Amino acid sequence: MTTAATTEPTTEPTAASSSDRAGLRHRLAERGIDARLLLLLPGLVLVIALFVYPFVYGLGLSFQPMDGGGPFENYRRFFGDAFQRATIGKTLWLALPAALLNVAASVPIAYRLRGRFRGKRILTTILVIPITLGTVLTAEGLLNFAGPSGWLNRALLGIGLIDDPLRLVNNYWGVFFSLIISGFPFAFLLILSYLSGIDPSLERAAASLGANAWNRFRLITLPLLAPGLATTFCLTFVLAFSVFPSAILVGDPTDSTRVISIAAYQAAYEQYDYPFASTIAIVMGVIELAVIGVVLAGRSRLYTGTTGGKGA
Amino acid sequence: MTTTPTRDIPGPAPRRLVASPLAWLVWGAVGLFLLALLGVVASVVVNSLGSRWFDTWLPSGWTAQWYREAWTGFDLFSVIVTTLEVALAVVVLSILVGVPTAYVLARRTFPGKRLVFLLFLLPIMMPPITYGIPLATVLYKVGLAGNLSGVILANLVPCVPFVVLTMTPFIEQIDPAIENAARMSGAGTFPVFTRILAPLLLPGILASAILVLVRTVGMFELTFLTAGPTSTTLVVALFNSMNAAGIRAQQSVDAMAVVYMLVMLVLLVTALRFVNPTQLVSQVKEEPLE
Amino acid sequence: MTFSRLRLENVGRRFAGTDALQHLDLTIEQGEFIALLGPSGCGKSTALNCVAGLLPLSSGRIWLDEKRIDVLAPERRGFGMVFQNYALFPHLTVRRNIEFGLRMRRLPKPEIARRAAQALELVHLEDQAGKLPGQLSGGQQQRVAIARAVALEPSVVLMDEPLSNLDAKLRLEMRTEIRRLHQSLGLTTIYVTHDQEEALSMADRLVVLRHGQVQQIGTPEELHSHPVSWPVADFMGCRNLFAGSLLTPAADRGEAAMVDVLGLRIEGTAAAHVETPGAVAVGIRPEDIEVVPVPGPHTVDATVSVVEYQGREFAVEALTGPGLRLHVRTAERLVPGDPVALRLPPERLLVFPGGADLPRPVAPLDEEITPDLPADAGAPA
Repeated sequence: MTTAATTEPTTEPTAASSSDRAGLRHRLAERGIDARLLLLLPGLVLVIALFVYPFVYGLGLSFQPMDGGGPFENYRRFFGDAFQRATIGKTLWLALPAALLNVAASVPIAYRLRGRFRGKRILTTILVIPITLGTVLTAEGLLNFAGPSGWLNRALLGIGLIDDPLRLVNNYWGVFFSLIISGFPFAFLLILSYLSGIDPSLERAAASLGANAWNRFRLITLPLLAPGLATTFCLTFVLAFSVFPSAILVGDPTDSTRVISIAAYQAAYEQYDYPFASTIAIVMGVIELAVIGVVLAGRSRLYTGTTGGKGA
Repeated sequence: MTTTPTRDIPGPAPRRLVASPLAWLVWGAVGLFLLALLGVVASVVVNSLGSRWFDTWLPSGWTAQWYREAWTGFDLFSVIVTTLEVALAVVVLSILVGVPTAYVLARRTFPGKRLVFLLFLLPIMMPPITYGIPLATVLYKVGLAGNLSGVILANLVPCVPFVVLTMTPFIEQIDPAIENAARMSGAGTFPVFTRILAPLLLPGILASAILVLVRTVGMFELTFLTAGPTSTTLVVALFNSMNAAGIRAQQSVDAMAVVYMLVMLVLLVTALRFVNPTQLVSQVKEEPLE
Repeated sequence: MTFSRLRLENVGRRFAGTDALQHLDLTIEQGEFIALLGPSGCGKSTALNCVAGLLPLSSGRIWLDEKRIDVLAPERRGFGMVFQNYALFPHLTVRRNIEFGLRMRRLPKPEIARRAAQALELVHLEDQAGKLPGQLSGGQQQRVAIARAVALEPSVVLMDEPLSNLDAKLRLEMRTEIRRLHQSLGLTTIYVTHDQEEALSMADRLVVLRHGQVQQIGTPEELHSHPVSWPVADFMGCRNLFAGSLLTPAADRGEAAMVDVLGLRIEGTAAAHVETPGAVAVGIRPEDIEVVPVPGPHTVDATVSVVEYQGREFAVEALTGPGLRLHVRTAERLVPGDPVALRLPPERLLVFPGGADLPRPVAPLDEEITPDLPADAGAPA
């Protein structure tokens, strides 16, 4: 070689002293452990300090009731009190039907609109609006729009479909509608993206083998879409399960839509009973994870491999 | 070659929509939904501009007085400033923390990786109220809640994992050989990040920053639980004024709602220049849930 | 940077309990062109990445003269590398790509400019310097990748299947180009490929790997004419490989050995020490089999089953009575169904030890032998 020695590394650990350390480093590196994993540190510290620790703290707090009693007193209090216990049922009675309807309605619509058509981008853009606006604004709009003298009732009265204004807000239906308005676009867009991840030539292949439209959907697309549906259901359910502002604003927060998050909020900020509030929050988390667990367990029995398409 | 968004896959030739009853049903449902959506949004806007509206299709007159009232009555200017302060701080911090995390999760296998992944997935999967209440309790205990820093910290909890999940596919798209090539050219970890990865990830970082911005401005629960009187963001102020019915005229609350809506729409329009609508909905891909 | 030899000492690498590379001992003299050759998953890319430092070793050491380098980070080893898919920085122009390493070394600006210009000239891309990699053809991109690696004047250049993404014509051109660069710059090169023709035509010495283990190291002639094991023979284009059993008690390398293949008694030459009892593998190249007009010594009778026209010659598959499928290259125009007499010259028919693991003895051997290791574990996990 005639070229200059500019590439010489400047430091050089002596072979003897570095060999043990190098050996250990090799063994660790073989298992994927080296200094670059330190990049995880800020994120991990943050999640542990602001998510795990409060959760554990809340869990501990829930076993230390303010008014004495055994460690499980708070849980006994929650499950023993019909008024508190009923919040679980009320929450699920809102969240499960809303999530189901959102997914069920999205499938045929997304299936129909999965191809390319003019205005698709505009449609999807319009559908993101309620998601970005959030539940507080949706609630305000619903109060105006679906209220006793709102446009909806006026129109229904006008065409003679009803004789008296429907009570659509400040009850179960108000919250339900708000969950549909923010949840349906969410489910739709997700399912649409799952659908476009399925290679369209699979359906064409099925057609060439003599399957009609219904069988193509039932036997080819649906099985490939099913895991995505389960995921979508979970995410929509999470969204609906955390219902809070709309349950207060367009619901009936003292009775039929007194959902579990309201109970938790009241315990914390109206009664200042943080141990009890943490108890309710923990119960809420456990129930949500249980529902998701059931759905995901079902999902794991489905085919979840490649769907031949790109994306999703 | 087409120039349509990459997600779109050329489907079968367009069919005539009148042909099938399913098409009618689909378009009918979509139409009804859009109509309801329009009604919800428009009734807020109309109410905020109407002088008096009772039992008629439209208000009897039009006025901008509610906006003046809301602007001064709710101190909207400082609320908007607070909102932007919170949002910007959350965006910057969650990018700084989230991108390196996403890098490690996208590139490396190591013992306990699944657990780490789960840790970053849970804050997105849990209702904010469930961890928001214990978190607020802890933050109040250490004196960090009730002010701007508490709101920012609380909002980081879902936003950092969100950045991690958004950035992971972007990082996976970059061929590891490019990084290896940089290292073989003598670049250490820091130059690899600043000279190679950062420029290549810029679109992803921009997309995820804008998504975090939209989420933070729209985040109600966590801000609500941790905000004090001086650290209220727009959406919380809106909720408070709606919930304290009777103190202000309904139209004044609606005026504030319209201001909030405009802020969100500006963000949305900006966001859609960098991301597609589906991305706004969810970054949760298939694998994390397995 | 001057050095006299690069020494790999018992280098090994495990992935999740599987040995991707074991016991690699290799000394490379300065200026040598070494090819690591083997099918995908054989450990050749793993070996290269270990030398580069992109993969930490599980065992062994690497020395550059008296300096141990396996403990150094890749950016500190001063090697250049050319990647299979080029790995150009897509956001930097061609010139910036080439300058990148020089900038990392914090060389003075005029020096950077001079060396980048030199490298560009070397690969004839002076007029493409301002373009982004995406605007170049595959061949041009590969040239940039090579220029980027050699601009650093590295002590060793590592090439990881650099031509496998190019079309056949371009591949031949670039092969010559790389050889020319190697000769004019005198760069020590380690070149990974699965293409035996590429390896034979470019390298001074070849290292054949299989299942993470070195099968044979030698010059192209040595490997071509004297493979020591059937996998090497197989990889060197010996399409006719059969399991058989040895009839003579034992034979050393170069001695005559009688074998029984499906009831046919054939005389061959031992390629390494073979013993009875024990299965052996028998191999002969298609071009070494002669089509003779009449049966005689060392011939077998067969029937032509498939004929492929391949330029000046025909590739013929012929079936013997007991079901042996022989591949023959001949200029003679044969038709399927023709009876032929095939002479298997004993000095060309090599007998290898250990034919027991030969995949499917009688079945057509025209499928590639795929090792059961996971796909080439070269990329750092």
